[in-house]
Amino acid sequence: MTAEEDPHQPVGAYVLHALPPNEEAAFERHLDDCHACRREVAELAEAAARLAPAPVDAAALPVDLLGRVLDDISQTPQERAPIGPPTGRRKRHLMSWALAASLAAAATFGGIAAWQSIRADDARDQATALQKAKNALSSVLTAPDATLHATKLANGASAAVIVSRAADRAAFVATDLPALGADKVYELWYAAPSGDLRPAGLLPGTGDHSARVLDRPLGRTVAVGITVEPAGGSHQPTTQPLGIIPVGSQKS
Amino acid sequence: MPGTAREEPPEPPAVGDAHSVEALLVRAADGDKDAFTGVYQALARPVMGLACRILRDPAQAEEVTQEVMVEVWRTARRYRPERGSAKGWVLTLAHRRAVDRVRHAQAAAQRERRAGVVLAGREHDEVAEAVEDDDERRRAQECMARLARMYRVPLVLAYYQGLTYVEVAAALSAPAGTVKSRMRTGLRLLRDCLEAR
Repeated sequence: MTAEEDPHQPVGAYVLHALPPNEEAAFERHLDDCHACRREVAELAEAAARLAPAPVDAAALPVDLLGRVLDDISQTPQERAPIGPPTGRRKRHLMSWALAASLAAAATFGGIAAWQSIRADDARDQATALQKAKNALSSVLTAPDATLHATKLANGASAAVIVSRAADRAAFVATDLPALGADKVYELWYAAPSGDLRPAGLLPGTGDHSARVLDRPLGRTVAVGITVEPAGGSHQPTTQPLGIIPVGSQKS
Repeated sequence: MPGTAREEPPEPPAVGDAHSVEALLVRAADGDKDAFTGVYQALARPVMGLACRILRDPAQAEEVTQEVMVEVWRTARRYRPERGSAKGWVLTLAHRRAVDRVRHAQAAAQRERRAGVVLAGREHDEVAEAVEDDDERRRAQECMARLARMYRVPLVLAYYQGLTYVEVAAALSAPAGTVKSRMRTGLRLLRDCLEAR
């Protein structure tokens, strides 16, 4: 076997955050199934962290930074469920979606804020800052019952889903989406409480900032997911989701 | 754990000293803000040091430090003491954020040009900008200095400059696959050297 064929080979570049986004996503899928690789990642990451330079002097750290951080975290719910690598094998991404549905259900029925969920006012402010709102977009963003559900995607992008149950619509915004090859797009998905998935629209693979209203009414959607798919999109996800964003469930 | 036959209920991993950063981080994961403040006090300066080195801009490094600390709070549950130190985990998050930002702020050509400047000089100066008084960091520098140049240079350019392996390969006029595998070998050699003492 040559070095080029060894699927473990990218582990060093991965630890150094030196893989291009598409290769990073591919390697993370490989990691899901490779216990030895995950151990090597942990060991090499520990070694790489030893390259960090000296801490800044205490004087270089702004005195009010701790206060700002504490302000931020008082508004930042902690992740409750570890989103570590799935341990399943063959039906891996189906299991992840089932997890999304159960997470969302837990959040709804248990009243637990499992993910960041910010009040509508903050949602509008943040979304506006993220992206110049288009008309259709702003109708969702300014809906009186709009809620924002934000997360970080596996590829490092920041993403948020804004949901208006009253309007039966949802919008998706993201920043820092890595560019994909010309033959790939980002695809969004609605997940039903059963775990069934419906395509909810495509985002161009050009990356960076993206915002759009999702196709079709929201219905009973409990989570919105995003995957990388071949150009033109797929009927069902063919790759591991980059992120699954529970959006609560329809009030009845 | 592999090889253990015991069927005990999952226990929170032992993290030794209750005042260690590891123990504080585990408590912070349960919403303990005092413990989180302890994590901040232990690690904000190293985080900002790393962000300053990569971004070369104190204002941006400060923003990254703030973002990283909030991410530490938000994702503290993902930290596994049995897999490594709290400092290593937090610095990995910091490296990721700083690298993302430097790539956003500076085009690849610009970073590669700077890489050229680094290469024209003595690239391990990137590692040792000052005489190191800290034993752990001095050890890391010694280990880096011991690495063959073909392993050291890709690590330096990726870690401190935020270059991808493809960009490193372009800067070195080397085949990309070779650079990718040298990054792995280089990190393994570094790890072995660090563990050898």
